[in-house]
Amino acid sequence: MSDYNLNHIQQIEHEAIFVMREVAAQFEKPVLLFSGGKDSIVLVRLAQKAFHPARFPFPLLHVDTGHNFAETLQFRDELIEVTGARLIVRTVQDSIDSGRAAEETGANASRNALQTITLLDAIEEFHFDAAIGGARRDEEKARAKERFFSHRDEFGQWDPKNQRPELWNIFNGRKQPGEHFRVFPLSNWTEMDVWQYIATEKIAIPPIYFSHDREVVDRGGTLLAKCDYITLQAAERYETRRVRFRTVGDMTCTGAVESPAATLEDIIQEVAGARLTERGGRADDRRSETSMEDRKKHGYF
Amino acid sequence: MNQNPYQEMDLLRFTTAGSVDDGKSTLIGRLLYDSKSIFEDQLEAIERSSEQRGDGYVNLALLTDGLRAEREQGITIDVAYRYFATPQRKFIIADTPGHIQYTRNMVTGASTAQLAIILIDARKGVIEQTRRHSFIASLLRIQHLAICVNKMDLVEYSETRYREIVEEFSTFASRLEIADITFIPISALHGDNVVDRSTKMPWYQGPPLLHTLETIYIGSDTNHVDARFPVQWVVRPQTNDHHDFRGFAGRIAAGVFKPGDDIVALPSGFTSRIKAIETFDGPLEEAFHPMSVTITLEDEIDVSRGDALAKPNNLPSFSQDLDLMICWFTDKPLRSGGKYVLRHTTREVRCLVKEIRYKVNINTLHKIEEDFTIGMNDVARISIRTTQPLFYDPYKRNRSTGSVILIDEFTNNTVAAGMIL
Repeated sequence: MSDYNLNHIQQIEHEAIFVMREVAAQFEKPVLLFSGGKDSIVLVRLAQKAFHPARFPFPLLHVDTGHNFAETLQFRDELIEVTGARLIVRTVQDSIDSGRAAEETGANASRNALQTITLLDAIEEFHFDAAIGGARRDEEKARAKERFFSHRDEFGQWDPKNQRPELWNIFNGRKQPGEHFRVFPLSNWTEMDVWQYIATEKIAIPPIYFSHDREVVDRGGTLLAKCDYITLQAAERYETRRVRFRTVGDMTCTGAVESPAATLEDIIQEVAGARLTERGGRADDRRSETSMEDRKKHGYF
Repeated sequence: MNQNPYQEMDLLRFTTAGSVDDGKSTLIGRLLYDSKSIFEDQLEAIERSSEQRGDGYVNLALLTDGLRAEREQGITIDVAYRYFATPQRKFIIADTPGHIQYTRNMVTGASTAQLAIILIDARKGVIEQTRRHSFIASLLRIQHLAICVNKMDLVEYSETRYREIVEEFSTFASRLEIADITFIPISALHGDNVVDRSTKMPWYQGPPLLHTLETIYIGSDTNHVDARFPVQWVVRPQTNDHHDFRGFAGRIAAGVFKPGDDIVALPSGFTSRIKAIETFDGPLEEAFHPMSVTITLEDEIDVSRGDALAKPNNLPSFSQDLDLMICWFTDKPLRSGGKYVLRHTTREVRCLVKEIRYKVNINTLHKIEEDFTIGMNDVARISIRTTQPLFYDPYKRNRSTGSVILIDEFTNNTVAAGMIL
């Protein structure tokens, strides 16, 4: 501190706090997208820091596929209690019941893509004009092109070939009625940075990130947790393995990794030596080379 | 032993400029690959793609092309950000394509960079685009240049050829304002002098590129003299615990602030003293650039978003009439007499373009005083008048308080980057 230098984690922390405050100042109805995953938990901490000692001036929105890990929901409700934040939940099930979305069929059916419909409907319902998300540019190649302030047209679409240039730290959140922005304060964070931050800040995260015994099925190299939403195919069976999750999403497409990492320090060691990307276990990204880009263009997170 | 070695890592943001075939993507791929920042699934994916394309080798350039259209056309469309780390530093690369919308992309990448890597093809030497890239780096006040003379394998690792290029570039660079220039002979394709020292160029005594990136001293690049605090947001909890709390949230643009410091609020001119510097983790004894903090004052004075705090003995310039160097980003030309929205720190005003003074030929650095058509990718000096006065510093002195963007009032697009003279 004495020589006026910040380490790399402090620098991206102060940058993210700056972005949070710009959202509050530039938009009328922002919302923070909360999945219960580690990135959105870090976002909540940064929002607390940005507006301390006041509460952060936006609610949380959980787009619920209905295929949650029980641990995540419990964690979510505890966090709401502690922070005093307002939580809005909109479910993919409601979108299906009202005929706005149709359930995928087949053994690999997932509600991942359907979340976009529920999300865009919620943005319209509440007239949100900025949705803060935990996406990082290191996660996936289409996300490497994202801006901090990412413009969405009136259909919620992203046009990656025609983005506004983003210079210095001057963010242009001007928009026409009906349009909105997605804002990504963690743009410059890597998976490692997130873990290091969780460790230095001692941020609580759901227990499924740590090693535990769980019944899983090996489907095409992805270990999926046993749950009611998965239909076993002919040769498949559940077996107990010592696993943890690197990302937390819909149970039907979030793969576990075999791991003995039981503490944050273990996880940091493991991430440092990891030879697969974090989203390598995500069946939703594996559908094609550009599946993330295609989903994002239509309004995905 | 230090339990958390990553606590000691700092951060370097750099940009790479280049165009088709100069080996930029290969160099970045090489840095990521040799520093083990590429994962197996990413490598397998590009191995499959390379095979499909019939490249005959693992095309590391494919790592950096993310969008469908880029893969299909074999070009890079937009600035992409990449990350890697060594035990010393974390690196953020702004990877900017060199052809369509080149100025726009390079300026965007350069605006947050502390160092620029410029690639020169050893066979071609200093060409037009080398000069263009260097000029933009200088215009955006990047303090450090790493000039990589690439494809040394194609000139038989010749020291004579390398010396010629160093000489040629140095002559040109004497007209630029860049403090620190490092030259490195490399072959990105074979990895010579990228991460490891090359055995093929024993005549080169300097370190490889990665070592330069890891050790280059950036601590003195920041302005810790002129205290500037643009207010982003007023924190008013209005709870029982903090009933009268009124704090000014913002990011310190330059200088150092401490409790007890005398301050002036701008534009009002009211003075007060800093009561405390608040954060979620407790009050601070001092705060400096680029920290995001909340400042409380001894007196109740009127301060809101767009205002700034400074110190009475060191005030920024204050004017409605400004001269800017701008880079123009859009097909619709800049209009003399045109009105635009201007954003400067946390402030938004409107401005009128009073005069286009000259255009710069960014390849020769010559002024063009007979053609005032400012189109996509052009760099020009203009005079503007703003609806409200701005309190600013010259861009040379302070990147944060010396930079502006211009926005088209009707499309809301960002149409120009401006640096205050």
